[in-house]
Amino acid sequence: MVAIINYNAGNIRSVLYALERIGVAHELTADHAKIRAADKVIFPGVGAAASTMAHLNQTGLSEVIRSLTQPVFGVCVGMQLLCSHSEEGDVPCLGVFPERVRQFRPVTGEKVPHMGWNDVQLRPDHNWVSPEVDGSYCYYVHSYYVEAGPDTVATTTYCGTDFAAMMQRDNFYAAQFHPEKSAQVGERIIRDFLAV
Amino acid sequence: MLAKRIIPCLDIKDGRTVKGVNFVNLRDAGDPVELGAKYSLAGADELVFLDITATHERRKTLADLARDIARHLNIPFTIGGGIKSLTDVDVLLDAGADKVSINSAAVRRPELIDELAYAFGNQFVVVAVDAKFVDGDWYVHLNGGRIKTAHKLYDWVGEAQERGAGEILFTSMDHDGTKAGFANAALARMSDQLSIPIIASGGAGNKEHFAEVFTTGKADAGLAASIFHFGEVGIGELKTYLSGEGIAVRPV
Repeated sequence: MVAIINYNAGNIRSVLYALERIGVAHELTADHAKIRAADKVIFPGVGAAASTMAHLNQTGLSEVIRSLTQPVFGVCVGMQLLCSHSEEGDVPCLGVFPERVRQFRPVTGEKVPHMGWNDVQLRPDHNWVSPEVDGSYCYYVHSYYVEAGPDTVATTTYCGTDFAAMMQRDNFYAAQFHPEKSAQVGERIIRDFLAV
Repeated sequence: MLAKRIIPCLDIKDGRTVKGVNFVNLRDAGDPVELGAKYSLAGADELVFLDITATHERRKTLADLARDIARHLNIPFTIGGGIKSLTDVDVLLDAGADKVSINSAAVRRPELIDELAYAFGNQFVVVAVDAKFVDGDWYVHLNGGRIKTAHKLYDWVGEAQERGAGEILFTSMDHDGTKAGFANAALARMSDQLSIPIIASGGAGNKEHFAEVFTTGKADAGLAASIFHFGEVGIGELKTYLSGEGIAVRPV
C-alpha cells in the first residue's frame, strides 16, 4: 500500500490518478497510523511553504514525516518542505535534507514561475533512477528552488542556476518537477521510486 | 533549457469535442479524453479544453470532464469556459485540473483573479484575453470578439499579472482563423512588459508561424486548434522543424 499524504496542498489528486494508471494500491490519507504503516509514502504538493508548514506542524504530520523509515517520495513543494529552510515565507522546514530553498531571481529576463518542460541531467552517482531519464524533459511549475548539494541526484538549469531536479538521502527521495504530469518519463520515475 | 510549449486546444460542448476533427487513427473523434490522449502521445506539451456548453448543467459536466481527463492524461491541462466563481474553480481543482482559464468573468469582476490566486496559487490561474486592434490600439473584447470593452490590452494584462495571474493566454481576434501567423508585435510587447509566461493563440497556419511566434513574438507557448485537428501540421514534425531552427522544444 502506498500512502499519499493528504494535507492542505493543491492538486494532490493528480498523484493519486498517476498511481491509479500505474495500477498500484494506494490511499489518500492524513491518518498518522496509516502513513506509518504504509510500504511507501508520497508527499505531494502545490502550495505556499509557510502556510503548509504551519498546517503540518499543527496536525502533527511534521513529526510523522520526519520519523518515517520506509521510502518517502516528496514531489514539488513536498521536496522543498523536506529541506531545512525556505525563503518562501522565511520558514523552517522539515530538515530531512540540509539544503535550503531559495527564490528564483531572473538574470536575463526569464519568466518566474519556472513553468513548463525542462531537461533533467542525472548525476553520475545516482542509484535509483532509470538511465533513460537522463536528458529527458519533465514538467515544472515553481518559483522557488533547492540549491544543488550533496543530496542532489539530478539537476536542471534556470535563471543561471543549477538547481536540484531530484534528490535522495537515506529513505527520502524527491523531485522538484511533477512526475505525475511528465508523460511517460514521469511514470518511469514513479515506477523507479516504487521499485526502490 | 526551458522548452517552448505546443498546446492543442479542444472545444467541448456537452462533453464532446466540437468543430470538425480529423485526427489520424481516431476511433471516436468526439471524445475529448481520447483526442487528448492522442495529442499527448503525439508530443503535445499541454492541453487546453474550452467548454462552450450553454446549459445550467455545465458546472457538473465540466467537473466530470476534468476528472475524466485527469484520470487518463499524464500531461498538464487547463480547463476553461464560463468560469465565474470560486465555487466553479474549487470543483475543477478537486477534479484534478492543473489550471483554469478565466476570461469574461475576470474582465467583469477583476477581483476574481485576486481571489483565485489567493485561494489556489498563481500557477493555477490562466487569464485568457481576446483582443482586437481598433482605432489605433488593442482593446479587450468579450463574447468571441463581439463586445468591445474599455480595457486597453497592455493595461489589462499588466493588471491581470498584478492581481495574480500565473499566465496570459492571448488571442488576437484579428488573426484568429486567418492562418496567416500570430500577432507577433503585440505578443513581443507583452512578453517584454510582463514577468509571467504568455501563450499565443490565433493565426497559426504552418510550422514557420510557430518559429516566428517563439522568436519575433517572444511567446512561451503556442496554441492552435484546427491545424492540429485536421492534421495540417503534425506535432512531431512541428517539433522537429522548430528544433532545427534552434528553438528549444521537448522532443517527442
